[in-house]
Amino acid sequence: MEVRVENIRKEFERFPALHDVSLSIRSGELIALLGPSGSGKTTLLRLIAGLEAPTQGKIFFGDDDASYKSVQERNIGFVFQHYALFRHMTVLDNVAFGLKVRPSSRRPTKAEIRERASKLLDLVQLSGLEKRYPTQLSGGQRQRVALARAMAVEPNVLLLDEPFGALDAQVRKDLRKWLREIHDQTGHTTVFVTHDQEEALELADRIVVMSQGRIEQVGTPDEIYDTPVSPFVFRFIGQSNCLKVRVANGEIWLDDRPIGLPAKDEAEGEALLYFRPHDIEIRDGCGGCIAGVVAASRRVAGTRHLELEIGNGHALMEIELPPERAAAVDRSRLAFRPTKWKLFRE
Amino acid sequence: MAHDTQALAPGNYARVGKATTERPLARWTLIGISLVFLLLILLLPLAAVFFEALRKGPEAFLEALADPETFSAIRLTLIVAGISVPLNLVFGIAAAWAIAKFEFKGKAFLTTLIDLPFSVSPVISGLVFVLLFGSHSILAPYLQSYGIKILFAVPALVLATVFVTFPFIARELIPLMQEQGTSDEEAALSLGASGWQTFWYVTLPNIKWGLLYGVLLCNARAMGEFGAVSVVSGHIRGVTNTMPLQVEILYNEYNFVAAFAVATLLALLALVTLVLKTLLELRYSAEISASRRH
Repeated sequence: MEVRVENIRKEFERFPALHDVSLSIRSGELIALLGPSGSGKTTLLRLIAGLEAPTQGKIFFGDDDASYKSVQERNIGFVFQHYALFRHMTVLDNVAFGLKVRPSSRRPTKAEIRERASKLLDLVQLSGLEKRYPTQLSGGQRQRVALARAMAVEPNVLLLDEPFGALDAQVRKDLRKWLREIHDQTGHTTVFVTHDQEEALELADRIVVMSQGRIEQVGTPDEIYDTPVSPFVFRFIGQSNCLKVRVANGEIWLDDRPIGLPAKDEAEGEALLYFRPHDIEIRDGCGGCIAGVVAASRRVAGTRHLELEIGNGHALMEIELPPERAAAVDRSRLAFRPTKWKLFRE
Repeated sequence: MAHDTQALAPGNYARVGKATTERPLARWTLIGISLVFLLLILLLPLAAVFFEALRKGPEAFLEALADPETFSAIRLTLIVAGISVPLNLVFGIAAAWAIAKFEFKGKAFLTTLIDLPFSVSPVISGLVFVLLFGSHSILAPYLQSYGIKILFAVPALVLATVFVTFPFIARELIPLMQEQGTSDEEAALSLGASGWQTFWYVTLPNIKWGLLYGVLLCNARAMGEFGAVSVVSGHIRGVTNTMPLQVEILYNEYNFVAAFAVATLLALLALVTLVLKTLLELRYSAEISASRRH
């Protein structure tokens, strides 16, 4: 189901956690709320769920105004970071809980409940563990039970709060892939919160980047990575370099030298130049380039990372080169020019 | 080089041992002191109770217990505990729930207030009810006109007992519920459960062993309470004497066998409570450990 958040504001005892946030989530989409801690992403998720009430603003489920509906009436599926499985119930009873507590008019028969719970356990690849208790499961298995439990009520929207936050790296990777498969099979509209950009980039159809209670950018992983709209997004997603420059005469200047990048439509004055460590080309002669002294050199997996001291301020820039290229330019002084870059004003 | 190898030989580690292990002399002194204390202060008196009760043989013991006044005291104790413990059960759960799961003004004050009976002398706890319901109180005329008798009757005994024992269950549950947090409840609500269903199917099962533990302690104290009950009881034989009061009366009459016979019942209650408490702790330690402060 389509979910629309309109001008939501949330204060906790006068302290604003969300300022005027609007977001439209398409039906069947897998969307990530990404941001550092304190950015308001979990608050937004809990507001959509109805676990918190907004200070201002509206939330729509389809065309229905759900703003004043209780969490029970919204019919959502919520998966908690620490699973929140009912420890005194078996796996099967946990999954069946949402159906069992329905009023008798909407409650399926016992046999139907059992069957649906078993089917869901099949879907999350846990059949055979029906009679186990949560404490007898691994972290990854618990998270899958939690997901099955949330899906059992056929929710309008699935909300996942840092679903892989408490798991170790390898399990995380496996579950990530698996969650994508489940989503493609079931087609639930899904919103998940994460502070792990890799997780968001790999898993989500669209990413909502949040910072300090505001949405910075909404877009596909490609858009977010390739065309960040703010310095925050540039810094937060992937690696980036930031260099203090000046715009003059339709060109970008570092200290007293042009660095060979045009800036025709930019206003003159101070600016910040952002570029990614791998979006650069090495220049031989330095007629319009950035030059620096190699301060450190590290091999990271398939690439070599070079740290350069640039300009009068000795700002540190990091660039990435294929190892064989790095070997070829084995000099203490190096010149390069960004191939993709963006200017922001302070 | 040779010297180094010798120093690292396994046998030599024994002398170093674990950092927290004391020398044998210190160890045995500490253990000795504890054992002597246990023996003198706990075990000897307990043995004396049983010894005195059975001094004139089992017939005299049984006869003492069959006395109608003693029997009435036992009955009264069961009635008072039977009313006070459920009352405190309801109060304890409600208070713990409010304190652990919600934020409100005056929460710290309420938490402190719950501890009040622990810090007030039991005699004072009894006295407040005498002042409140006694013949010179403001309430006295109303109570008299409706023919309600509180003081020197079962209601006062129950009130005094409830007052003295109300921290037990609440104190047991508050840390437990605080540790468990609210995400289980949120999960249940998000799955469509009503508030009552959430309490019944999720909150209560999560705390049941801690609750049982609290009930056990509360019951032991309710049956054994002397001070507060003594002040409000009036010591009417066969009517308002509970077991601890009966023990005192019999003892003051130099009826030692009977006094100690009733005392054995209280001692047995204590022993049964201890055994159950230990069993509970053994089996459900994880759940109870959050609140193990007694």
